[in-house]
Amino acid sequence: MSTLLTIADVVVELPTPRGNLRAVDHVDLSLEAGRTLGIVGESGCGKTMLSRAVLQLLPKKAKLTGRVMFDGQDLARLAPESLRRLRGRDLAVVFQDPMTSLNPVLTIGTQLMETIQEHLELDASAAMARSIELLTAVGIPAPEQRLAQYPHQCSGGMRQRIAIAIALSCEPKLLIADEPTTALDVTIQAQILDLLAREQRRRHMAMIIITHDLGVVAGRADEVAVMYAGRVVERAPTQALFKRMHMPYTEALLAAIPKLDAAPHTPLPAISGRPPDPTRPLRGCSFAPRCRYAAGRCHEAKPALTSAETPGHLYACFHPIQMAAGVDA
Amino acid sequence: MLNFVVRRLLAMLPVLLAVSLLTFLIASLLPGDLALVILGDQATPENVAALRRDMGLDQPLWWRYLSWLGHVLQGDLGRSYRTGQTVLQAVAERIPVSLQLMLMAEFIGLVIGVPVAIACAARAGGAFDRFMTGSAFAILSMPSFLVAILLIYLFALELHWLPATGYVPFTEEPLNNLRFFVLPALTLALAEWPGIMRVLRSDMIATLQEDYIALAKAKGLKPARILFVHALKPSSLTLVTVTGINIGRLLGGTLIVESIFALPGIGRLLVGAIYTRDLVILQGVVLLVACGFVIVNFIVDMLYAVLDPRIRHGHA
Repeated sequence: MSTLLTIADVVVELPTPRGNLRAVDHVDLSLEAGRTLGIVGESGCGKTMLSRAVLQLLPKKAKLTGRVMFDGQDLARLAPESLRRLRGRDLAVVFQDPMTSLNPVLTIGTQLMETIQEHLELDASAAMARSIELLTAVGIPAPEQRLAQYPHQCSGGMRQRIAIAIALSCEPKLLIADEPTTALDVTIQAQILDLLAREQRRRHMAMIIITHDLGVVAGRADEVAVMYAGRVVERAPTQALFKRMHMPYTEALLAAIPKLDAAPHTPLPAISGRPPDPTRPLRGCSFAPRCRYAAGRCHEAKPALTSAETPGHLYACFHPIQMAAGVDA
Repeated sequence: MLNFVVRRLLAMLPVLLAVSLLTFLIASLLPGDLALVILGDQATPENVAALRRDMGLDQPLWWRYLSWLGHVLQGDLGRSYRTGQTVLQAVAERIPVSLQLMLMAEFIGLVIGVPVAIACAARAGGAFDRFMTGSAFAILSMPSFLVAILLIYLFALELHWLPATGYVPFTEEPLNNLRFFVLPALTLALAEWPGIMRVLRSDMIATLQEDYIALAKAKGLKPARILFVHALKPSSLTLVTVTGINIGRLLGGTLIVESIFALPGIGRLLVGAIYTRDLVILQGVVLLVACGFVIVNFIVDMLYAVLDPRIRHGHA
């Protein structure tokens, strides 16, 4: 399989009144066609900024260095017009909040058909037929009627399905789903994730799922990258990661998910403290102040990503966890 | 939607009633005895008393208001004691002038203001944006009589392109009519566009931060489509309000501009009525202008619903 996306040494800096904020700090990732990459981390770890860097939708003042190679082209150096032709057609996105990501004053039909007509050479009736087909595929009942409706006439789950239909409309090679279920009811979340997985297989597209919930990527992503304070701190094939995680942060993330079988009133082992101030980078490991394994060296130097015994498993830690995680974590 | 229209129409009734009461009170509470004004200071007390009786001025205020309101509801707004013209005749004679001036001024204002606002918002903080925001502020702070005089000096006296003052009805000489209106309309428009530009620019900048604009970009839409289709409509609610207020205001005539350019509009009719204490004309015209304002606001409300489907469906 060929590599579709290579993120090489990407740094994103945002100027703030308190100094430069390094939102993404030397990240390297790659994704093959048709595969799924999960990017996991808590709020503010840089995962959304990283996805915006791929989409070239960073805030105007943000500074991006490094390369974002997509399908043989460096997106960061692409002319605006070439980038525009690429977006929506080969590179699509589903945002977190379907309540704000659809235009409130345009009908669903307009918002679907404009993408199709922008990139595919279809006339209005063919574009409408394709829109109906897409809405059916994402599980919207009575799609013909929906086309004339406005976003506020649909529920949140329905709107996210529509956003997915828009993203799928031109058969993209890569779909970036930025926390696609965070704003939805729990009962809808699994449906939306299953829908994404099904359409991904059917259309053989690559997908990046960004989430704060390790549970979302388990069983859905081929590979998982855990981000903390703008850096990738652990990266592994999903099964290898859940079999044995090396980075204490990953373990803490997993432990912070409520367990169904836990006795009532069991305190949740939330990660204490907060991520470091991104405008004041630490000398040592960014997670050290919150890490229960941290010792001397962790506060002095930044651990580099190193290979574990399992192939493809990388972690950035001086004191990797020895035991198999997931058992008593 | 029908429900919305009916609700809005019903809401207009108390407003119109309040307007009529206020109009009547303002005219009635002006100092001076109307009968004395009409008859002059040579009048005998008997004549004054007789005229007061004839005009109903000896009746209590509430009764005079109700009887005036009764006449108004039958379409009789009264008649000028000076010219014998009815209020409706006087207004019908003057309103085409004010209406045309208002339409042309608002049109020019929008034609300048809207594109400038969009261009500024698209590159907010850029050189063009800063230049136009600054110019708008400078132009806004120039009084209209000054603008009028400068325009007359430039286009009428120096370049001889346009007449300085005068008026012919559109029905008689359409082309000359338009030539007479260019300078006064431009004078008003120069005061209108900075406001139009500023509200649309700031709404547009806020809209461009929205998620759905980011998604529109991610969909690979052309920049022009993003600006005009995705951003302009949701940003234009305040613009519609401001335009409605402007139209309502200009509907009542623009005294200074009408005077400078010698246009026989509503503004000059009102001032004439005040000078000659023609209270019937005064209160009739004020009432009609106020009704016009209320109707324009009703249209603005309807436009909200056209622009934003959430209002149409009663969600917002």
